[in-house]
Amino acid sequence: MSSGGGSAATLLEVRDLSVRFRTRDGTVQAVSNLSYSLRRGDTLGIVGESGSGKSVSNLATMGLLNRAYAQISGEILFEGTDLLGLRPEQMRRIRGKDIGMIFQDPFASLHPMYRVGKQLAEAVQAHEDVSRDAAWRRGVELLEAVGIPNARARARDYPHQFSGGMRQRVMIAMALVHNPAVLIADEPTTALDVTVQAQILELIDKVKREFDCGVILITHDLGVVAETATHVLVMYAGRAMEHGPANEIFNAAQHPYTWGLLESMPTIEKRLETLIPIEGSPPSLLHPPPGCPFHPRCKYRFEPCDGERPPLFQMQGGHLDACYLSPERKRELWTKRIGAELGVTG
Amino acid sequence: MLIYIARRLIWTVVVIFAVVLITFVVFFKLPAGDPALRFAGRSPTTAELKLIRHRLHIDKPFYIEFGYFTKSFFLGDSNGWPGLGYSYEGDVPVIQEIEQRAPRTLCLIGGAAVIWLVFGVAIGVLSAVKRRTLIDRFAMGFALFGISAPVFWLGLMGLYIFWKTLHWTGGSGYVAFTQNPAAWFSHLILPWIVLALLYMAVYARLTRGNLLETLGEDYIRTARAKGLSERRVIFRHGLRASLTPIVTIFGLDVALLVGGAVITESVFNLQGLGWLAINSVFTQDLPTVLGVVLVGAAAVAIMNLLVDIAYAFLDPRVRYS
Repeated sequence: MSSGGGSAATLLEVRDLSVRFRTRDGTVQAVSNLSYSLRRGDTLGIVGESGSGKSVSNLATMGLLNRAYAQISGEILFEGTDLLGLRPEQMRRIRGKDIGMIFQDPFASLHPMYRVGKQLAEAVQAHEDVSRDAAWRRGVELLEAVGIPNARARARDYPHQFSGGMRQRVMIAMALVHNPAVLIADEPTTALDVTVQAQILELIDKVKREFDCGVILITHDLGVVAETATHVLVMYAGRAMEHGPANEIFNAAQHPYTWGLLESMPTIEKRLETLIPIEGSPPSLLHPPPGCPFHPRCKYRFEPCDGERPPLFQMQGGHLDACYLSPERKRELWTKRIGAELGVTG
Repeated sequence: MLIYIARRLIWTVVVIFAVVLITFVVFFKLPAGDPALRFAGRSPTTAELKLIRHRLHIDKPFYIEFGYFTKSFFLGDSNGWPGLGYSYEGDVPVIQEIEQRAPRTLCLIGGAAVIWLVFGVAIGVLSAVKRRTLIDRFAMGFALFGISAPVFWLGLMGLYIFWKTLHWTGGSGYVAFTQNPAAWFSHLILPWIVLALLYMAVYARLTRGNLLETLGEDYIRTARAKGLSERRVIFRHGLRASLTPIVTIFGLDVALLVGGAVITESVFNLQGLGWLAINSVFTQDLPTVLGVVLVGAAAVAIMNLLVDIAYAFLDPRVRYS
């Protein structure tokens, strides 16, 4: 978490973020004590099941949560400024300009009644006082940059005339209009065909380099972040379970929940019957279990797990892990699990 | 687009023809008494009655009668096109009667429609944007009042307060615009407001519901994520998408009022088409009933066509499919 200058400057730093929603049935603890940071050139993969708080934490960053219902505490520092302390108008000026966001469902995320070029031009004019023609031309340039063939003519089309993958490219173009420092992609490939998924991920990685920004890639699929992420944050029930450099997470995962995610991840080598689902279902965020939120589903739970909440323990290699198991025991268990799996496949 | 409109127009004619046929059958089968008797005036001779029956074609089976009617309708008669024949009451051409009544109804509907559309949508938007605040509750309370308050009561109260007591407006009755524009306005303002109030309430609720639903859409989140101002998000993105269902209902409401603004026309003694329709039903005046029904059916068909054309402009997805 160095905040030095140069290309590795910290763009975004989330500190102890908690988001609660007051509902009729009680208070939902959507995000609890979450901290992470993002530097220029990083791709932070935030991985978790539905309802793990991965989207909510980023909607908080964008200022897109309705503060009438969401209680947000902690700090979200963007280039040193706490976004949570900004007035709505100040936040609006950052949104779409310094932080761009693309969403899960490209079919629903574009306005069905406006031409694609118009929607891009609107994004340009939201933060820049330029003529309609200039804004339109900038939009066409971006469509070209994200690989839409015949961009000049396509800009005059409506969203329903585009395929899902092309629409997601339009969304990416729209988020890049002002060359943002941070690009947040919320499950950008979930609604797309598998063949198109890889193209979109590649495109996101390419624009990260070309536009020199930091990317937050939210997904429920570890496979999605495997190729491009530099860092991985595993979330469960609104909390960070494991957090560290991507190669650490993939090669030396520490948390039993991460092991579960890794094992339920399909790869070419793995046969379907060897995919191991995680038993049970995520806990209610209205009444989260005491201690480690994963303990009711964890095979290795022991005395401390349902007591105090585990803190994030510092592991080797800048790796953080919220599990009470000792490093030696974890190594032993993980080797056994991998061994068992290799035995089946081999 | 032109082919589409032409095809729709042909269908419109078919629909109107069907409406005429149904109305014709209903009235022919009703035990109506002998129209010739009323048509002939006091104590007619048998020869006179026979002649009248022959002239009205009611001495023939009803399908031949209908044939004559259809023929003169499509080809016109001595009173011009469309040929609607003579009223059984007073030997007046039906077309002339309608020409006299239609402007009153159209003026009433036109003014009221502008008021209810503008204020209804405005109140709905305000209510949706200020959801769950005092403004929203007040607006929706007002809407409930507008929907619940009977038009005849509102009309009479309006007349009592603004005409009889305060002398702010003209009283009941209709003054032609060409005759005296100021009096025209002063006589119509109360009926406009009274008729508009009911629809305004419905439109306010409709707009509120639609807009709230639209504001929950993903593309609204995208608009916010772009950093657009809240005003632009609500009006350019939210309201734009909520308008289509409102346009549909609007077209239908206006069309139905052409023959159906009966209560308002009666309370304010405007003697428009609704009034004409009711009167001719009571007097079993078949040609006039048919005439009004035709105008009403044509209004519905034409408004539907206009709504469909408006749709193509409002929603690009319709245009291309």
